[in-house]
Amino acid sequence: MNMADEPRTNALSIRRRVRNRVAHAFTLPGVGAFTALVLACIYFSFNSQEFLTGHNFSLILQQSMVIGVEAIGQTLIILTAGIDLSNGTVMAFGSVIMTGLAVNSGVPPFIALIIGFLVTMGFGLLNGALVTQIRLPPFIVTLGVLNITRALTLIYTLSIITGLPPLMTAAGNTFNIGPTGVTYGSVLMVILYLVMYFVLKETAWGRHVYAIGNNPEAVRLAGISKTRLLLSVYGLAGLFYGIAGLLLVARTGVGDPQAGLNDNLSSITAVVLGGTSLFGGRGNILGTLAGALIISAFNNGLALMGVQEIVQVLITGVLVILAVSVDQMSHRGLE
Amino acid sequence: MTSDTEKPVLSARGLKKSYGQVVALDGVNFELYPGEILAVIGDNGAGKSTLIKILAGALRPDEGHLFVGDEEVYFHSPIDARRYGIETVYQDLALASELNIAENLFLGREMRRSGILGSVLRILDKSRMQQNATDFMRDLKIGIQSMDQKVRTLSGGQRQGVAVARSAAFATKVVIMDEPTAALGVKESAMVVDLIHQVRERGLPVVLISHSMPQVFELADRIHIQRLGRRVAVVRPAECSMSDAVAILTGAKSGNEEA
Repeated sequence: MNMADEPRTNALSIRRRVRNRVAHAFTLPGVGAFTALVLACIYFSFNSQEFLTGHNFSLILQQSMVIGVEAIGQTLIILTAGIDLSNGTVMAFGSVIMTGLAVNSGVPPFIALIIGFLVTMGFGLLNGALVTQIRLPPFIVTLGVLNITRALTLIYTLSIITGLPPLMTAAGNTFNIGPTGVTYGSVLMVILYLVMYFVLKETAWGRHVYAIGNNPEAVRLAGISKTRLLLSVYGLAGLFYGIAGLLLVARTGVGDPQAGLNDNLSSITAVVLGGTSLFGGRGNILGTLAGALIISAFNNGLALMGVQEIVQVLITGVLVILAVSVDQMSHRGLE
Repeated sequence: MTSDTEKPVLSARGLKKSYGQVVALDGVNFELYPGEILAVIGDNGAGKSTLIKILAGALRPDEGHLFVGDEEVYFHSPIDARRYGIETVYQDLALASELNIAENLFLGREMRRSGILGSVLRILDKSRMQQNATDFMRDLKIGIQSMDQKVRTLSGGQRQGVAVARSAAFATKVVIMDEPTAALGVKESAMVVDLIHQVRERGLPVVLISHSMPQVFELADRIHIQRLGRRVAVVRPAECSMSDAVAILTGAKSGNEEA
């Protein structure tokens, strides 16, 4: 190419790149969720004076933190083309173990907390081991572990555990930004999301999580151990369920054996709303955060408008279908 | 036999493999010489795929010996074959469609940042991988500008280009290609054929499995004809007509090796 051509080619390629970037942004997974979140916030702020306040936003964050942290684990597993039905009951088991040990058995709170995390991680690893070693479908494995952990929780205790040590409720405390009290736990949730976003994007492990959901054979042929990869994903998900259990305990101030029963579907809803494909390999973990926030924002906004709770459930259902449709269409537009 | 003066880069003696009652390979011999394109042809069920999978380390033979140069080798997985510099382009491509081109080229062999960022935090060196990918794709004259395109957005020919580039980039001894143009159109096939020439020009011998006789006769230096689990002939395109080769592989004519 001669010298005179060069500036023109550069200008062209810059323009093309900018256009590609913009087009790309509209096809990112989770665009539907973010759009819905913004539109809903605008709608609610016109219909309720309380909605657009710092206090209320802090409340929305706080209400989403348990499902939000569970949904991090769920996202990881769904990206590998798996699914986890056991997250809520694993979390509940972890939370009664940590509180029960500290309150009833006199175990030092910090040790009890660590044991709680180890227990949830253990069940995560059990899921992973059954999926990789016996090659059972994740749906079946986690359905089994759902029942097992549910039963273990109720065998361990039928009553609510109260009188928790301060360590276990600390994450429910607030600090002030101006006049607004923000819960530590919700800040922790946002930090965990940012860390995992970075890990998924910038590490080989993160790229392998996407690749295995895309094409497991490609991962095997590339010399990556599928077993180790999936075990690490399920184990890490278990750790997130443990953290979610701590946040639940901190928010409610008790260890509740009946908690978390519907969290599996709620967390899957957040993931799907966030634009992650249930077939694996495609998605954006920040979309899941938007998904979790949407559910919380809708319930909050509708409640402020005086809408009945059962109608909120109905609207959530419609929302899932709408958001996923938008995502599907933007995805198809790209093909 | 030809090339008596040179030693094969990759060879096999008496490979046998059965799947239950079905005998896929019944004592196959195989030689690949430096710098050549060796085509493997045969009817469906002749044992081409089984042979290729054994060479690539994806299958283990029941009996027989495999040699890289003079050294006898035992491949337990494709990773073992790779350690000996043997890379394979699979028919189903083995690319992750949601990852970009550079990430696919380096899948499982990622480059990390230098220092603590790489060793402790294990952060990828994306810019270096992009740069290497760009250079490499340019060397092979694959017309893709941006390495951060997702593989999902590429055409079949471009995907094949990525798969071939990945093998050529990491292979030090042999590139094996299993039906590289099977799913492609005419123009895209021509591009891949061009790529195969380029891989050879880089000094790497190629094992090519193909159903397309014209392509085999255009590309190959030698043709290994497989029939009913055995090698029945090795011919040179210059010394054998296409119809004779077809006659040998269907059994209408006997080959130059003991059947």
